[in-house]
Amino acid sequence: MTTDLMKKPLLTMSRKILLFKAFVHISALWIVIDLYYKAINDLLGSDPVKEVIHSTGIGGLNLLLITLAVSPLAKKFKLSWLMRSRRLLGLYAFLYACLHLVSYAAFELQWDLSLLTSEIIKRPYITVGMVVFSLLLMLAVTSPDYCKRKLGKRWQKLHNYNYLIILLVPTHFYWSVKSDVLEPLIYFFMAFVMLYFRRDKIKQMLRKTN
Amino acid sequence: MQINIAKKSDAKEQDVTDERIYRDRRSLLKKMGFVGASALLSGSAQADLFDVFSDKKEPGFKVEPLKFKADKQNEAMKQTPEQKATHHNNFYEFGTKKSDPAENAQNFKVNPWQLEVKGAVDKPLTLDYDDLLKSFPLEERIYRLRCVEAWSMVIPWVGFSLASLLTKAGVGSKGKFVKFTTLKSPTQMPGQANRFKGGGIDYPYVEGLTIEEAMNPLTMLAVGIYGKTLPPQNGAPIRLVVPWKYGFKSIKSIVKIELTERQPINSWNQLLPSEYGFYANVNPEVDHPRWSQASERLITSGGLLSRNRIPTLPFNGYAEEVAGLYKGLDLRKNF
Repeated sequence: MTTDLMKKPLLTMSRKILLFKAFVHISALWIVIDLYYKAINDLLGSDPVKEVIHSTGIGGLNLLLITLAVSPLAKKFKLSWLMRSRRLLGLYAFLYACLHLVSYAAFELQWDLSLLTSEIIKRPYITVGMVVFSLLLMLAVTSPDYCKRKLGKRWQKLHNYNYLIILLVPTHFYWSVKSDVLEPLIYFFMAFVMLYFRRDKIKQMLRKTN
Repeated sequence: MQINIAKKSDAKEQDVTDERIYRDRRSLLKKMGFVGASALLSGSAQADLFDVFSDKKEPGFKVEPLKFKADKQNEAMKQTPEQKATHHNNFYEFGTKKSDPAENAQNFKVNPWQLEVKGAVDKPLTLDYDDLLKSFPLEERIYRLRCVEAWSMVIPWVGFSLASLLTKAGVGSKGKFVKFTTLKSPTQMPGQANRFKGGGIDYPYVEGLTIEEAMNPLTMLAVGIYGKTLPPQNGAPIRLVVPWKYGFKSIKSIVKIELTERQPINSWNQLLPSEYGFYANVNPEVDHPRWSQASERLITSGGLLSRNRIPTLPFNGYAEEVAGLYKGLDLRKNF
């Protein structure tokens, strides 16, 4: 009887995926709920508005980096359950980006939409942010299996925009700070590490376009 | 009968503190306290309550109560809560994050201190720590503070007019500008020891005013805040307060005041000349290259949902007192 138990894998593939996804849902949502709860109740330092905007922005960037780390990790350690949870991580990165943008409009500019429009046009770092948001929106919308099937080969091409996005987000961050550039530089470094894992693919892509 | 004629810069009805809301916030904090101790990781208003749970040693610096003449005229202005004004500071010598100075400055030594007044003055002076607090009668002044980053606070400073000190030193005809210098002490100020921690500024931090600006009665040297001596994160033991200019002009922890013939180069102007000028007068019509200066968010009590965006006023609402200083000057060019 004991040998029977030993033979059976402790966790089946679908169990692993389920557990990991549950973990992603709980942690990503908990961070957001905790953040807004504290911010609304003025428990988030002196300026909850800045804190919420900064935290959702950084959170989204972290999730993007994690999403990009999935395929190198899954390949190296043969973790197909991880690979199959990647879309969820990407969608949470998009959710954080939405919260970042909405918080900026709602709490920083307090729905002064003419100011929002003029800021998007006049301030390069906000222009970059909006470009990233549009790209992420496009990727999120085309993320269901149905779209993947419909788009065929073009789907992968479209989702390669992630490599551009991961460089644009630290640019947006770098441009927004006054002179404290250390943190944005660290994010640039991490972005380059993620791209380095894909150097062959990227070289190929660049050759094709030339 | 006394007739009060309101100046534009006086407190208005909407600025009055709603004491009940302020108190409610405190009691709410207390009620929630033990449910979510971790909820207060980022600069809590009840730090003492949670010392049991955290190893944060703050505040280690001891502030002393001061005797001063109260600012009756502006006492109705809704002040920024003390906890916020003392935990949201741009003082890059102690780190570039707003919460860094309160965290890193608690062991800062302010006594002994020496403030030199020199250059084109009749009688150079050196003030030690006690002189700073005792040479001039102290008065409270409740001023708006507008940061160049488009947020603002209302703060009760305690101090005296810069003009009193300059007059004591004797202002000759040669001094056209006043140059201020912050202490340089890399062992106490991590931002001065490390380029990245200090945001790339070439230390010591320097600021400057024209002699007319320096002699204006609004310009003050503050030694206290909220009725007590300054905590280090707010610029102890003595700092400048120029309420109609962006906050970076109000230099902290001053060791040197010099009268000069030439316009001094101020630190932010030196670092990023296209973004920060010498004058730095609050001006809703001249944007910072990377953000609008037309409005600001006033930091008071109240969380994420408080509607705290207000229009920015020319000269931060002190135009009546200071606009005359800039007659004939192109404020767009001289930003």
